[in-house]
Amino acid sequence: MLKNPKDFWSGVMFAVIGFAFAIVVKVYEYPMGTASRMGAGYFPFVLGNVMGVLGLIIIGLSLLTKGAPISKFAWRPLFWVLLGFVIFGLTAKLLGLVVAILLLVVISSYGGHEHRWKEAIISSVILAVCSVGVFVYGLKLPFPIWPDPAAILALVGLGGK
Amino acid sequence: MEQLIANLSLGFGVALTFNNLLYCLVGCLLGTLIGVLPGIGPVATIAMLLPATFTLPPESSLIMLAGIYYGAQYGGSTTAILINIPGESSSVVTALDGYQMARQGRAGPALATAALGSFFAGTVATVLLAVAAPPLAQIAFKFGPAEYFSLMTLGLIAAVVLAHGSVMKAIAMIVLGLLLGLVGTDVNSGMARFSFGVPELTDGIGFVAVAMGVFGLAEIMKNLEQGEEKREVFLAKVTNLWPSKQDFKDSWGAVLRGTGLGSLLGILPGGGAVLASFAAYTLEKKLAKDSSKFGKGDIRGVAAPESANNAAAQTSFIPLLTLGIPPNPVMALMVGAMIIQGIQPGPQVMTERPQLFWGMIASMWIGNFLLVVLNLPLIGMWIKLLTVPYRLLYPAILVFCAIGVYSLSNSPFDVVITAAFGFIGYLFVKLDCEPAPLLLGFILGPMMEENLRRAMLLSRGDPMTFLTRPLSATLLAVAVLLLIIIALPAIRKKREEAFVED
Repeated sequence: MLKNPKDFWSGVMFAVIGFAFAIVVKVYEYPMGTASRMGAGYFPFVLGNVMGVLGLIIIGLSLLTKGAPISKFAWRPLFWVLLGFVIFGLTAKLLGLVVAILLLVVISSYGGHEHRWKEAIISSVILAVCSVGVFVYGLKLPFPIWPDPAAILALVGLGGK
Repeated sequence: MEQLIANLSLGFGVALTFNNLLYCLVGCLLGTLIGVLPGIGPVATIAMLLPATFTLPPESSLIMLAGIYYGAQYGGSTTAILINIPGESSSVVTALDGYQMARQGRAGPALATAALGSFFAGTVATVLLAVAAPPLAQIAFKFGPAEYFSLMTLGLIAAVVLAHGSVMKAIAMIVLGLLLGLVGTDVNSGMARFSFGVPELTDGIGFVAVAMGVFGLAEIMKNLEQGEEKREVFLAKVTNLWPSKQDFKDSWGAVLRGTGLGSLLGILPGGGAVLASFAAYTLEKKLAKDSSKFGKGDIRGVAAPESANNAAAQTSFIPLLTLGIPPNPVMALMVGAMIIQGIQPGPQVMTERPQLFWGMIASMWIGNFLLVVLNLPLIGMWIKLLTVPYRLLYPAILVFCAIGVYSLSNSPFDVVITAAFGFIGYLFVKLDCEPAPLLLGFILGPMMEENLRRAMLLSRGDPMTFLTRPLSATLLAVAVLLLIIIALPAIRKKREEAFVED
């Protein structure tokens, strides 16, 4: 069994990402250049290897030390919060700020301990109104407020083909 | 001296215009608000607001963002004292004695001491900034690429001090940050690196997306995992604000020491408000003849860390404004704010844009003044806010984050990247990897590469240039020394102790 799982897996993460950067430099043939005229690949290649080696050292040290186990992942908040966030990004232009905010608030509310439909909808409406006031009218950020029918039709039309 | 007065009056001229005063006020209020609310800090807030500052004049934008940072130091202490929940990590130690004071019915004097101590510290630190910045910038003009590279190395190594936990992991996080910072088009050759044919990635990963994902979203998911806390609020007992004569007598020394220590730690790379408050509290406990009262409502335990965190918040602008190098993640975001406005941070800011430079400094003093005047009467309102349950609060934070990120480039791409970094940030939490060094590495990555290249070009490929140039060699020596000190077992133990109270 792993005695220090947090450090062990951190080490694995660093080693994998570090060497991956170095390998990408080689595979995609980023020019290395010379020490006096460094190419695009030089610095990332060196850094990637440094990080990879650091990762290996951390793995090594983790086998010699004791540490707390990794606490369980809370998949529920993770999933709903990130889903709501991404959906906001994907719908903001098409459906407008109001609908995007409604979706974000209602979806991300599922990540909480207690989900209350009514509460989520009421707070999403308040947030939508405030955001439109502050960001669209106040700060003049270029958000469409309402759904854009033309764009939706175009999307559906494209989907139908 | 005359020059200083002329500069400051120029600054006050800028800061006292109606618009800038308004943005200063907005920044301070926002800062206090997020300082009061646990679970959202200045990093996420400034990241959120960066896109919105695009349309503002540079002076107003930076004045407002700076206000958020030092305003948060004021707000954080309020909740630490009244309900034992530090709104900011820089107020964690304030809660130890502040909350005990509140329980003894002395919430008023505790709050007033925190506010007055902060104001005093803020004033001193502002003057220090005004006095120290010009000569430091003069030195910075003498820096060549080799010196800059060594200075950044020192800064990043020092950031390891800021991280708690394993030194090796903190260094690896720095390198990871540097590497992520390199994604995008190489400025020298115009070649797209690590973009894998994704056109949006050729501009690099957005700094705001990384900061908001790792600090904002990950924090929310962490809080949701822990569940709603039951909060005990001392609402009715905030009467008699003014501290007694004895309180003043007890606390003035602590305020002075906290201000001094905080100012110093703010300037150092890797320092900042959090480290300053911890260090100031430890110092007071060491110096006190009778330290048994600490943790049981000693006024010095409130005065020292609160003065220190505010002083540090202010002086951490010094390396940013004179060298263009951010000493902590909040300053890294200020770099982002300046770049959005088309300003390259560095010593030339002071000479090329004196209005901006001195206006910002003057606004800090005005902001501190506003905070003292506004904060004490508004305490009731801030406390009401805390009764809003987290299940209503976090979707609101998410909405503001999402709007902020989306408006960076008006595309879903940054939102998706932010979500990805939210996941990565959550992973970091699980693996005990401190994210602050990553953020510093991320902002410094491209600058470091550029300076390394130039230095090596000038020396015709001889890496000894970093050691033969005296300034550069000194900086590197300090960095190595720091590494050795941190790695020494005795110090390592101390360092772990210092963060245990977290």
